[in-house]
Amino acid sequence: MTDMNAESYVTEDGRTIGGVIMEMKNITLRFGGVTAIQDISFDIREGEIRAIIGPNGAGKSSMLNVISGFYVPQEGEVWFRGRRRAKMRPYQVARQGIARTFQNIALFEGMSVLDNVMTGRLTRMKTGLAAQALWFGRAEREEIEHREKVEKIIDFLEIQAIRKTPVGRLPYGLKKRVELARALAAEPALLLLDEPMAGMNVEEKEDMSRFILDVNDEFGTTICLIEHDMGVVMDLSDRVVVMDYGRKIGDGTPDEVRNNQAVIDAYLGVAHD
Amino acid sequence: MIYREAGDFKTSYREDSQTFPIKLDRRAYWTLMVVAFAVVPFVINDYWANAVLLPFLIYAIAALGLNILTGYAGQVSLGTGGFMAVGAYAAYKLMTAFPDVPILFHVLIAGAITALVGMAFGLPSLRIKGFYLAVATLAAQFFLVWLFNKVPWFFNYSASGMINAPERTMFGAAITGPEASAPARYLFCLILTVALAWIARNLTRGSVGRKWMAIRDMDIAAEIIGVNPLTAKLSAFAVSSFFIGVAGALLFAVYLGAVEVGEAFGIQKSFLILFMIIIGGLGSIFGSFAGAAFMVLMPVLLKNVLVDGFGWATDLAAHFQFMIVGALIIVFLVFEPHGLAQLWRLAKEKLRLWPFPH
Repeated sequence: MTDMNAESYVTEDGRTIGGVIMEMKNITLRFGGVTAIQDISFDIREGEIRAIIGPNGAGKSSMLNVISGFYVPQEGEVWFRGRRRAKMRPYQVARQGIARTFQNIALFEGMSVLDNVMTGRLTRMKTGLAAQALWFGRAEREEIEHREKVEKIIDFLEIQAIRKTPVGRLPYGLKKRVELARALAAEPALLLLDEPMAGMNVEEKEDMSRFILDVNDEFGTTICLIEHDMGVVMDLSDRVVVMDYGRKIGDGTPDEVRNNQAVIDAYLGVAHD
Repeated sequence: MIYREAGDFKTSYREDSQTFPIKLDRRAYWTLMVVAFAVVPFVINDYWANAVLLPFLIYAIAALGLNILTGYAGQVSLGTGGFMAVGAYAAYKLMTAFPDVPILFHVLIAGAITALVGMAFGLPSLRIKGFYLAVATLAAQFFLVWLFNKVPWFFNYSASGMINAPERTMFGAAITGPEASAPARYLFCLILTVALAWIARNLTRGSVGRKWMAIRDMDIAAEIIGVNPLTAKLSAFAVSSFFIGVAGALLFAVYLGAVEVGEAFGIQKSFLILFMIIIGGLGSIFGSFAGAAFMVLMPVLLKNVLVDGFGWATDLAAHFQFMIVGALIIVFLVFEPHGLAQLWRLAKEKLRLWPFPH
């Protein structure tokens, strides 16, 4: 049995899990009178695949939105890479190295696949307006440099054939993959996936699972995902947080969570007497 | 020679992202450039310059400017006429204050001043969008026209309230004023148009352009991936207003020569430019030129056909001209909402498969 409390450890399939990269401390988020998240603490360790699960309305997406800076919690602290996050706009969070995908795809429909994936590198492109107006020289060099990186990701996710296609014309499954490509292009330290397999058939789910595992394995990217398909979550993730009605009811390895009575009650319902 | 990319292999990312990926297009472009620079100046006369070429070139710059703001960055503006007025009055003040400076500097600085004004009026775009932003920019339109009418300093206290372009030169040739020759005015406008179109293309294909388009397509997602909406929107307003300011300066100084602000830069000018980019194609450099050509050439063509061809009275022809252009705009929007640029794109797709479409 591996000691999961150690500074770093190696999983059964040979991946190294490092120290804590992100820590949520006593997060409470309210919308007016509704408490979406109540006093939740958990951490995400470097290199792991961390899942957040829970029934509908449990507050999972709100949690992801807190991590990506979209919502600012009323109470609690968000620590990322050993620093407490001050109040931040979402684009500043992105520049710190957190990328995400959305539950209902948020791609730029009017742009080609290539341009969409290139937007993932915007935080790293530094040429100013004047140099870009002249193009030849610095702007073109930078463009080509980033294009090479992006082409590697396009290869990796097997979307070469559609790189010049406008995103609006693509089917749902491919759009999900392009969105993942855009998030990966940012070379994030932490990748947030909001229901990456929602609305997919079994084959597409298998493809997506393989990509998620490959991303984690090859780039060593830390991944935090929300997913409803229990089979997928239990197979993919190293550790799972279970939420219900805005509270944390379970946290641990898939096996621990599966046998947790509170989790079973939340999912299967419990007789009230 | 057949129009297609087969056999024209791209072996580097640089070649893959060039402006005209098909060889025939590249040749057509360079041929057009040679004709425009080396042939037209020798055959141009005053009629062609005043009726066709100068308005086409100048409106193309304005359409490029508005297309950057509306077509690429998705911020609707009805203040184009007002911003053109800023460019015109800035150029006028500069021309009268510094008579010895070449006219090119006056025009470019007028563009820069317009960029600053445009950024100031673009500030509301950070909070409002769509129709509400259109109304806010409409306020800019009316305010600016009112300002140039009411404050005599802007028209140097002239009795008529109009501004007249004095003679200014570039490399010894008069560009403005009554003595300016058709080839000199044409070449001056052509150089600016080509240079600005090239800049527009460069900006829209790189990271700045992607920021603008990301904001246009989905502003929330753009912010999540790291685009600062403040700088993206304001840079779009600045670049767009620079183009529009240059167009306004040229329209006043090189083309019209004398201007009354409400008449030359009223709300109808804002709509004219907006029609150009809608008919030409939003988010397309080619579309800006096509739209400008359509709106400038169609009235001239109709006038020639109706007055000279059918022998109608001029005033009757003028009324019919309005009706026909209006009807054409509606027909266009019904059949091809994405404009001339999309028609052109479809024609090219067809041409690539010709003569075996299956």
